[in-house]
Amino acid sequence: MGFDHLRATYFEESGELLESAYAQLSALAEDRADGDTMHALFRAIHSIKGGGGAFGFTRLVGLAHVMETLLDRLRDGALEGTPERMALLLKATDALADLLAAEQRDEAMPAGFEDGLIAALAAVVEAPGAAAPTMAAPAAPAAPAAAAVPEGTGWRIEFRPHAALFRHANEPLLLIRALRALGPLTVSAALDRLPGLEALEPEDAYLAWTLVLAAPLPRAAVEEIFEFVVDDCDLSIDPLVPAVVQDDAPVMAAAAVAAPAGARPEPTAAQSVRVDVAKVDRLVNLVGELVINQAMLLQLGSTVPPEVCPGLVAGLETLSQHLRELQEGVMAIRTQPVKSVFSRMPRLVRELAAQLGKDVRLVVTGEATEIDKTVVEQLADPLTHLLRNALDHGLETPEAREAAGKPRQGTVHLSAEQRGGRILIELSDDGRGIDRARVLARAKERGIVAPDAVLSDGEIDELIFMPGFSTAAAVSSVSGRGVGMDVVRRNIQSLGGRIAVESRFGEGSRFVLSLPLTLAVMDGLVVSVGREAYILPIAAIVESLRPRPQDIDEVVGRGQVLSIRGAYIPLLPLHRAFGVADAVLDPSRGIVVIVETDNAGRVGLLVDDLVGQQQVVVKSMEANYGTIAGIGGATILGNGRVALILDVAGLATLPQAGASARHATAAAVALH
Amino acid sequence: MAKRVMTVDDSRTMREMVSFTLRKAGFEVSEAEDGQKALSALQAKPVDVVITDLNMPVMDGVALIRALRADPKCRSLPILMLTTESDSGKKLEGKNAGATGWLVKPFDPEKLVDVVKRVAG
Repeated sequence: MGFDHLRATYFEESGELLESAYAQLSALAEDRADGDTMHALFRAIHSIKGGGGAFGFTRLVGLAHVMETLLDRLRDGALEGTPERMALLLKATDALADLLAAEQRDEAMPAGFEDGLIAALAAVVEAPGAAAPTMAAPAAPAAPAAAAVPEGTGWRIEFRPHAALFRHANEPLLLIRALRALGPLTVSAALDRLPGLEALEPEDAYLAWTLVLAAPLPRAAVEEIFEFVVDDCDLSIDPLVPAVVQDDAPVMAAAAVAAPAGARPEPTAAQSVRVDVAKVDRLVNLVGELVINQAMLLQLGSTVPPEVCPGLVAGLETLSQHLRELQEGVMAIRTQPVKSVFSRMPRLVRELAAQLGKDVRLVVTGEATEIDKTVVEQLADPLTHLLRNALDHGLETPEAREAAGKPRQGTVHLSAEQRGGRILIELSDDGRGIDRARVLARAKERGIVAPDAVLSDGEIDELIFMPGFSTAAAVSSVSGRGVGMDVVRRNIQSLGGRIAVESRFGEGSRFVLSLPLTLAVMDGLVVSVGREAYILPIAAIVESLRPRPQDIDEVVGRGQVLSIRGAYIPLLPLHRAFGVADAVLDPSRGIVVIVETDNAGRVGLLVDDLVGQQQVVVKSMEANYGTIAGIGGATILGNGRVALILDVAGLATLPQAGASARHATAAAVALH
Repeated sequence: MAKRVMTVDDSRTMREMVSFTLRKAGFEVSEAEDGQKALSALQAKPVDVVITDLNMPVMDGVALIRALRADPKCRSLPILMLTTESDSGKKLEGKNAGATGWLVKPFDPEKLVDVVKRVAG
């Protein structure tokens, strides 16, 4: 652990504190605030400031300081929380988030970025009607001890503790020791006030000391030792003029500090532990190994006749069950609530709505739903994109909405829930929905579908995810910088997820993201090619079929294409990609699994047969073999054999893959 | 034996900074995120010095100091307050409640170690 680690902790925690601040601010805005809301908000800003000071983030501290001052006045009721003031705090929180993000990237926001806000906040705090601010300015870095000039040859200290000194758990012995660490020290105790035993009050103070420190130190160094006790004692510190050394006085010190109570039962207080993700990953891997082992045992067990070993099957069953629980338990360690990404969305919506001149209400539900940490982190981009789209293209202007008989304010609903082994994230809006006629026209114009293709509503909606669909017309400063829905789909697929859209023209759209709970285990389809077995990620599979001979066309120099419902998709025989012998060569005698790739649209993979669907533990091969195009990893099947997990996007780029879907379509269209 | 210090702060960053600084100086450090948790942890395992923040949820620093001073076992337990400049009112409250000393955030690591050594002996 070092400074970088502390910095990382600071940014991580500040992120959480900002989330909390936003949550409290919206509670205040929606009248859901309770007694603790304002306190929690204050603490969040206060903690960001406190840590920021330690790292020297002065601009951030400056802004947090005025926010804190305003919050303090709101908290104690000196100022009223008007909507304008809350809006100002919200803006200031946004700015604080920006300053934090900049520090995290080792950058700086433009000079003067926060000045206007600081001035506005200060104006509120200092406005007439508000009591004069009492808070001190943020702590400047501790000034070096003023007079570092040694005075004389040493110090003579008269020190008489009061009883209060002991009540504060200060201890003269320790102060004397601290002085002795500064230089040669002569200690004499004055016992004149010590009463007889019968009159002695155990909690009173009777001793006084004369301390002679024979070291030419600045006064501040001596005063520092007594900094906590000056109010609880009589103290005089005088320069030593002629060095007086008295070594005949009785040397005495106060009683030793009470020893800490002896050994007690081990602590039970810790309610959470922070664990390095690498350690958890190691556990996840080990459990993965166990799952594979168990599959092998099960297979072996089934070959043993019950009479040979009667308890075996039952024992293996129990093992499986416990293993499943263990796996779930271990996976749960890696999960975290989607809240950390959901909580960034309200700000986005606020800013976009203002920019687009739209009136939007964002409703967020299911924030506590938990999902793998890696997935949470990678959700931000796709969600941001979907939300931008919803606001920019989905929702109409208030005027247009009114004209359409809808409420002026549009609603965007963001939700998360767990269903089975997957997490469903839904983003719906009550905007204008997908204009299918326009989408189809554009897709034809761009050559994504054949000019004469007849598509179902669902298929048309799917077109928005096709690469190259996003057009200049659809690109605006808000939702598009040439990044289309195909990128969103690719992001989601790289997480082992799927994205689907439902839309009603005029009524709105609904995007559903279905994500796996974890990335370490994946739903796979086992396919056979010759004597080899491969795993295809279920998430990438669109459908599988046995083509009729007349559906297969040969495009010269481009390989085979499959005609399906008026569209052409390139065929990629896996046996050719991997050089497998004894495989089915004729597509009409094998199975074509159609997969969705993010870079080449749909591709048909020719395999011999489908073996079955199963959960597979993903083993990375990168460490040993580097990145191999077309291979996403490997797994061990129940029979102990290693099977490669295919990366369909990578497969489509293999030279053998021939044409992309678009090329295939164009070539095939030319052919007919 | 290494002296034991407990840092009580709702800010993980602060706790880790205190822990980091003191561990490097050879102390054994435990952490608690509010006064209540500190109290129950101290019941289970006493320490030699407590360093507490003042502004905390559930049970703040002043309440923690009062509760500790009310416990005969903790009457001579050194308690340091880790305050900010803006906490001056609270600092006085904490002092009256029986705090041994105080440090100002952001703290100077050397100073923290010096002070803890001074009050812990």
